[in-house]
Amino acid sequence: MATIELEAASVAAPGADGDTVILEPTTLRLTEQRIGLIGANGSGKSTLVRLVNGLVTPTSGRVLVDGLDVARDGAAVRRRVGFCFTDPAAQLVMPTCVEDVELSLRRSVRDAGERHRQALAVLDRFGLGAQATLSVHSLSGGQRQLLALAGVLATDPSILVADEPTTLLDLANTRRVTETLFTLPQQLVVVTHDLDLARRCDRVLVVEDARVRFDGPAEAAVADYLSTVPL
Amino acid sequence: MNPSYLFGVYQPGTSPLHRAWIGAKVGGLAAFSLSVVLVRSVEAAFVFLAIAVLAAAVARIDLGLLLRSLRPALVAAVIFAGIQWLLYGPAKATETLVDLVALALAAIVVSSTSPVNAMLDSFIRWITPLRHVGVDPERVALTIGLAIQALPGTVALAVETRDAARARGVRHPRAFLTPFVIRVVARAQETGDALHARGIGDD
Amino acid sequence: MTMSETPAPSTTDARPAPQRSTTTDIALIAAFAALIAALTVIGGIPVGGAGVDITLQTFGVLLAGCVLGPVRGFLAVSVYLVLGAIGLPVFSGHSGGLAPFSGVSAGYLLSFPFAALLAGYLVKYVLGGLRTRAAFVFIAAMAGTVLNHVCGTLWMMHFLDVSLSQAIKFDAPFWVGDIIKSLVVALVAAEVHRAFPRLLARR
Repeated sequence: MATIELEAASVAAPGADGDTVILEPTTLRLTEQRIGLIGANGSGKSTLVRLVNGLVTPTSGRVLVDGLDVARDGAAVRRRVGFCFTDPAAQLVMPTCVEDVELSLRRSVRDAGERHRQALAVLDRFGLGAQATLSVHSLSGGQRQLLALAGVLATDPSILVADEPTTLLDLANTRRVTETLFTLPQQLVVVTHDLDLARRCDRVLVVEDARVRFDGPAEAAVADYLSTVPL
Repeated sequence: MNPSYLFGVYQPGTSPLHRAWIGAKVGGLAAFSLSVVLVRSVEAAFVFLAIAVLAAAVARIDLGLLLRSLRPALVAAVIFAGIQWLLYGPAKATETLVDLVALALAAIVVSSTSPVNAMLDSFIRWITPLRHVGVDPERVALTIGLAIQALPGTVALAVETRDAARARGVRHPRAFLTPFVIRVVARAQETGDALHARGIGDD
Repeated sequence: MTMSETPAPSTTDARPAPQRSTTTDIALIAAFAALIAALTVIGGIPVGGAGVDITLQTFGVLLAGCVLGPVRGFLAVSVYLVLGAIGLPVFSGHSGGLAPFSGVSAGYLLSFPFAALLAGYLVKYVLGGLRTRAAFVFIAAMAGTVLNHVCGTLWMMHFLDVSLSQAIKFDAPFWVGDIIKSLVVALVAAEVHRAFPRLLARR
């Protein structure tokens, strides 16, 4: 497994009336295979996971992935860390499924024919082989999220960060995407509001008001989170 | 939104013009258009129109579709020719009318015999020399592809936001446009993040 | 995509990340090219049949400049024109292809990117912090509108071989609509800048 380290990493956004703290200085060492983050909207979970691939750089402190500093070696870190977002519509950028996967591979595989072949193989792996040449608009919501995952995992990163990957999906599609996520060999860092999904993680962080309020086994973390939510 | 909307003005076919090299077609159109504008004579105008009609016949463009594509240009041609008749007499009016129709017809022939994808590929090839002045053709292609990709979703978003404003009984266009634009910006920033996370901006 | 009412501008804008600018710029340029196309396609209001509909097209063009600033605004509008040129039906009246580029109103079309550039330059570099005030953005949008009309009028003058005063008369009917559109651009752009204060941050 890869190692993700936060060393007193904090994030603040400059504003007209002073800085807004988005994440208090946080120190963490994540080595488990499946790590969940739960907490209220706006608590800072998304910012915390965006630190892992350099979409957000820390205002102070450091973030290291396998010893690589995210702020300094951004490109190298992004090759190790794949990122899957909530809305598949925002992530799919090419007209057909196979072309979207090819876009991810364009740096690692120079030969166009080989790239096409590999992209098809990736689609097969995610059960989208039959849809390869179809428009991404013809896919169902769940298939789109699987395609987004296929695009991210095509380059075989060692860590997958997923920010609420099932929030926009119906029950059947949520299950399908969840099953896919939990059969991956990669280290998984997943932000979610789905407590069933969180319960399956090896370690769960509860984020509240820009800081990690609880860090431990899934059941205890879910119980802690539920205790903060008024009925 | 039906994706067939994206087929645009292209009409599939097998005529010589369909098979012709796009560079020749667009280059020819540019030369033709320039000649039509520069040569000012009624006789020449009719010759140009004859060439355009011949091209349309060779391309075997469906007459109904042709007339539909031609309508905006035809309306403009009739109006401007009418005004010119009043101001400068029949000769100039006729030339304007015939010129405008010839120009539009020739352009329609090129567009309806050239698939969107092939046009885009040619465009990217033509701008490749601009690499030397700092234009990255691959990035241009990605941006255009992204825009085409975003079209159906953006139209759907616009319609959805407009309906939401109507459902709340708001009539002012701003009540629909502001949320629409904000959603477009928010989604684009998300797309930018997704592209960045996939390492697109790193090279 | 589910419908929400006026969306919260989310946390998107609060996240600092200087080096992801390239991909966000690409995504914004593509998104606004699609936005202009979407507005042109859904909002056509034909007037007087003069061949040039009053559409939300000019609204979209000026908005791209006022929201994205000069460079990205110019590029977004250029991408929009390329989408039409390669044959997608994104111009007024669901037309597309090369015909509009050789017609009477081509002067308007070709000056769109420059209108966005001018309006965007004024908003970003002259207005600065005042860009959240609609009255000031209106001035910038009007500058773009004037440039657009001047180019459109000069094109008609040469293209139809008429006097300047005659060309100005052809152009006149479109002013009222474009002033109203500039006003709406100003209202919307100011609100978008309030929602995304870092959109035009100088780097």
